[in-house]
Amino acid sequence: MDLTILWYIVPSVIMFCAGVYGFCTRKNMIALLISLELMLNSADLNFIVFNRFLFPGTMDGMVFTLFAIAIAAAETAVAIAIIINIYREIGNTDITSVKQMKF
Amino acid sequence: MDYSQFGAMLPELIILGIFLIVFCTDTFGGEGARKILTPFTTVLFGLATVAIWIIPSNAEPIFGGMYVDTTACKAMKAMLNVGVFIVLLQSAKWTDSDEVAIRKGEFYELMLVTLFGMYLMISARHFLLFVIGLESASLPLAAMVAFNKKHYESHEAAIKYILTAVFSSAILLMGLSLVYAFSGNGSLYFDDIRVALTGEAPSGLLIAALAFVIAGIGFKLSLVPFHLWTADVYQGAPTAITAYLSVISKGSAAFAFFVIFVQAFGSMYSVVWEWMMYAVIIATITIGNLFAMRQKNMKRFMAFSSISQAGYIMLGVMTESALGLGSMMFYIFVYIVSNLAVFSVISAIERKTGLVGMEDYDGLHKTNPWLSFAMTLAMFSLAGIPPFAGFFSKILIFTSVTASDSMALYMLVLVALINTIISLYYYLLVVKAIWINPGEAKVEGFRSSGAERLALWICVAGIIFFGLVPYIYQYCVDMALPMFN
Repeated sequence: MDLTILWYIVPSVIMFCAGVYGFCTRKNMIALLISLELMLNSADLNFIVFNRFLFPGTMDGMVFTLFAIAIAAAETAVAIAIIINIYREIGNTDITSVKQMKF
Repeated sequence: MDYSQFGAMLPELIILGIFLIVFCTDTFGGEGARKILTPFTTVLFGLATVAIWIIPSNAEPIFGGMYVDTTACKAMKAMLNVGVFIVLLQSAKWTDSDEVAIRKGEFYELMLVTLFGMYLMISARHFLLFVIGLESASLPLAAMVAFNKKHYESHEAAIKYILTAVFSSAILLMGLSLVYAFSGNGSLYFDDIRVALTGEAPSGLLIAALAFVIAGIGFKLSLVPFHLWTADVYQGAPTAITAYLSVISKGSAAFAFFVIFVQAFGSMYSVVWEWMMYAVIIATITIGNLFAMRQKNMKRFMAFSSISQAGYIMLGVMTESALGLGSMMFYIFVYIVSNLAVFSVISAIERKTGLVGMEDYDGLHKTNPWLSFAMTLAMFSLAGIPPFAGFFSKILIFTSVTASDSMALYMLVLVALINTIISLYYYLLVVKAIWINPGEAKVEGFRSSGAERLALWICVAGIIFFGLVPYIYQYCVDMALPMFN
């Protein structure tokens, strides 16, 4: 059985949709971050697969992915620092309890 | 590799140099250095602003075309620098308050790093550099929004900001990965992508890719379907950061948006993204206006006002011409001085009394006539009443959009015009509260600090003279021209 491009694209799309779904439905902020990581990783996977199958011999997609992984790590670090601050203020990490400011 | 290429990135090097100087002074200087850090940084940054206006731009692309500092990029950077300088002036007193004084070095460092990211974003001609610039412009901002450690609202604003920021950058990366699939030779340079897309039929994948990219950048600009974070973040963040977010971050993102959609996706204008942008612009201007009417908190009010103003700025993108870019830059410049005048007044009053409600401004003219005067001029300018600068920036951007004689664009301008009249209503609510509403003044008379007064004088001078001196508009268009040759 040979692996065509679809074997990679379909999981990537499923990951992206799972991430969006998780971001919209989860209550825990850490779970929200995990969903965001899923979305970012599916974009990375896309880059690598397009590079490997559509443009063999170039490196642009791979390099982009390396940078995107580093950026995602930085984003997670900042987000976790803010979540810790919230936890100190209100004692939990439930996104529904952060609702003082509205319309 | 030829390291002398770094020498061509002069504006970035200047900002990086200031960052290192401030960082070392703050870290190794001890207590004495912390006392003079505010004037030191402000003066240093003022000199850098002058330097960036003076140094010649380098039209030669470097790093294989990844980075280019055209005249338009340089003019935009210099304008942003003026805005940051005003923000530094108006926040000088705030950084000396007990709560912030010990951490004020971090405030300046984070601000300089975000400015560095915005510079990269403006000059980037490759999607990798653009994404790096965008992220280094938006991640430190989340830390800045959370700067008031002792206020719960600051944390709430920060978590809302960082989650939506990461969500939108994930969408942007997804969009870019789809764009990458369309690039003919696997290259992510803007020019190569334009060549690869020319003649491409509008397929579902291409439409999805462009929609994702618009959504990702639209978040930074708070265009309407992606604006929900704006009001909460503006309200919870410290006022200096709110001012920074609403003008500097928005101005640089607007310029980058223009460059991407003209240089990379220019050939897809009429087939794919023209209609998307019609919908987004009309929704942005209208919904921003309608929500601004019912706000009672000045910072939330300015948030919705800035959403609506972002719609007007985006009108410039629809033109795809040097005239459009020039009038967009002029609009951003006028928007910087008008909005920062409002925020200077808000932050001065908040610092003295802690009041930010619109009803707290009742009868302000009895106790603080000069602040009332500046606020009134700024509101007139934002609403577009002649002879203030806001009127000229609106008329120029409308003229540039209608220059192509397209019926659809005329309708777009009509919608924008109707919304200008609606916006007059809520801007004048503030003026009415200050001058007409009866009752005793809630804010006692006070004398604002020297730095705040200087900031206000610069803004008021800008509001009055930018419209009356045609040279400035001509300068913007002249700077924009080389990008289209």
